[in-house]
Amino acid sequence: MITIPPVHLAVVAPLLVVGVTALVVMLCDLVLPANERTWLAYLSLFGLIGAMLIGTQLWGRQTSTFSGMFLLDNFGLALTFIFLTVAVITVLLSVAYTSDRGLVRGEFYALILFAVMGMMIMATAGDLIVVFLGIELLSLPLYVLSGFARPARDSIEAALKYFLLGAFASGFLLYGIVLIFGATGSTNLLQIASVLTKGAHNSVMLYAGIALLLVGLGFKVSVVPFHQWTPDVYEGAPTAVTAFMVAGTKAAGFAVLLRILLVAVLPVRDVWLPAIAILAVVTMTVGNVTAIAQQNIKRMLAYSSIAHAGYILVAVAAGGAAGTSSAIFYLLIYAFMNLGAFAVVIAASRGGEERLAIRDYAGLARQRPVLAAIMAIFMLSLAGFPPTAGFVGKLTIFQAAVQNGLTWLAVIAVLNSVVSVFYYARVIVFMYMREPEGEPWPAVAGDGRRMLALALGICVAGVLLLGILPTPAYQAAQTALLNIL
Amino acid sequence: MIPLSHFMILSAVLFTIGVLGVVLRRNAIMIFMSVELMLNAVNLAFVALARSLHTLDGQVFVFFVMTVAAAEVAIGLALIVVLFRTKGTIDVDEVNLLKG
Repeated sequence: MITIPPVHLAVVAPLLVVGVTALVVMLCDLVLPANERTWLAYLSLFGLIGAMLIGTQLWGRQTSTFSGMFLLDNFGLALTFIFLTVAVITVLLSVAYTSDRGLVRGEFYALILFAVMGMMIMATAGDLIVVFLGIELLSLPLYVLSGFARPARDSIEAALKYFLLGAFASGFLLYGIVLIFGATGSTNLLQIASVLTKGAHNSVMLYAGIALLLVGLGFKVSVVPFHQWTPDVYEGAPTAVTAFMVAGTKAAGFAVLLRILLVAVLPVRDVWLPAIAILAVVTMTVGNVTAIAQQNIKRMLAYSSIAHAGYILVAVAAGGAAGTSSAIFYLLIYAFMNLGAFAVVIAASRGGEERLAIRDYAGLARQRPVLAAIMAIFMLSLAGFPPTAGFVGKLTIFQAAVQNGLTWLAVIAVLNSVVSVFYYARVIVFMYMREPEGEPWPAVAGDGRRMLALALGICVAGVLLLGILPTPAYQAAQTALLNIL
Repeated sequence: MIPLSHFMILSAVLFTIGVLGVVLRRNAIMIFMSVELMLNAVNLAFVALARSLHTLDGQVFVFFVMTVAAAEVAIGLALIVVLFRTKGTIDVDEVNLLKG
């Protein structure tokens, strides 16, 4: 007799709303005439905001469903809110971007929504196999989205590189999962933790499994030395998609990393802690030093995102309540800063042509003063200057590291953020202190203009509000801890 | 009964062949097939472990992995076809527009 375990659909309600919206968007794409596609963006926004509202109703509850496959806790919900915010801003950006470049195809929004669903699955997964399914549901739409600007060669190239390396990384991730399954006899995160506490596991298999899992996840969140694909893919993919990948994929990858390291394999922390600390140091340093040499703004932001992955790894290494909450808080801030910077790159473009070289930004302050001021805010925040959110975010991470006895790591992180000032300030210098080259570039026109302005507004508000009044959001992040057993 | 270690060693060997294939081959389709070999090495390990642990979980997971692999094939081959149409080659060494 097979007993069917009880299923609480309420636990996965935000997930279902996003999934159903994606399907509806796909269906509407078939019946809508080509010039009415903006409605698909509105429909997507409707679904995303609806999912967010349902999520707020679940805040504070703690349960699981599908036999522990999905967990409902504040950690998962907090990250779900970050993903949904990222998706809302991405949709707002995409309307202008896709119509400027003749990329208006309905499946764009459906793919974004499916990818968000994958992220949400990753953050709420209670089982390694669900983690894997979430990662694939995130990655497969992103492979297609990176190549969305076909037949543009750089877009296809980015898609192929992302696909081949992403699939390669998935192989490592899966082998890691199977070894952990072999070592502990379970793929359920909580059960793995309880087996490890009892010490009834096969150590060699377990450590090999954790190492392979870290390689696989390291690819997804672009940790050095698994970062080589990042600059190429971020440069070649359509800018709106790059913004989504930079902010969303990283948050989702770190959600999984935090849940696996700080719940499932926490009992063997002594084993993985040195590896994470070394990865953090290498990632920060390589990311920042390489970013200095970049001439293309998308590549520069790609290396900067690698460096920021290093800062978040510092929070992961710190672990505990402080590390977890500072990581969540930083992921939110990081999403606003990067989405904002990419929104400026989109807003500063003309028709199908983008200003991608940093020298193209020379004199932007004279031609488009508001846009230049907004870009300056994001650059200062990325570099970590007060009173922007970037400063508060870094401060909380460094505090968490010092509290948990990793002062040396915090010192290296501070030195790294000093180095990073150099390349962020370079953009500001170009915008404000150089003479403009060529004639002024007109602003984005048409339907997407207001939505792009709204996206920029949300990002600026996020960066400044979280910088000046960080307490409410940080307190929310502090209640978003992982439930451990 | 064949002991578990035999299966695990075979799976590790298959996985290594897959990794080497990805690293050494230059044809996109061959790289892709090597990735599939890695996934199948995982499937073998899952089934073998499921038998030795007396649990069905591992066997069920194989179906998930196979489903995902099938979806990956659909997208991967589509991308390779698009690449061939625009560049006339699927040699990954020729895919070198993005550099920095």
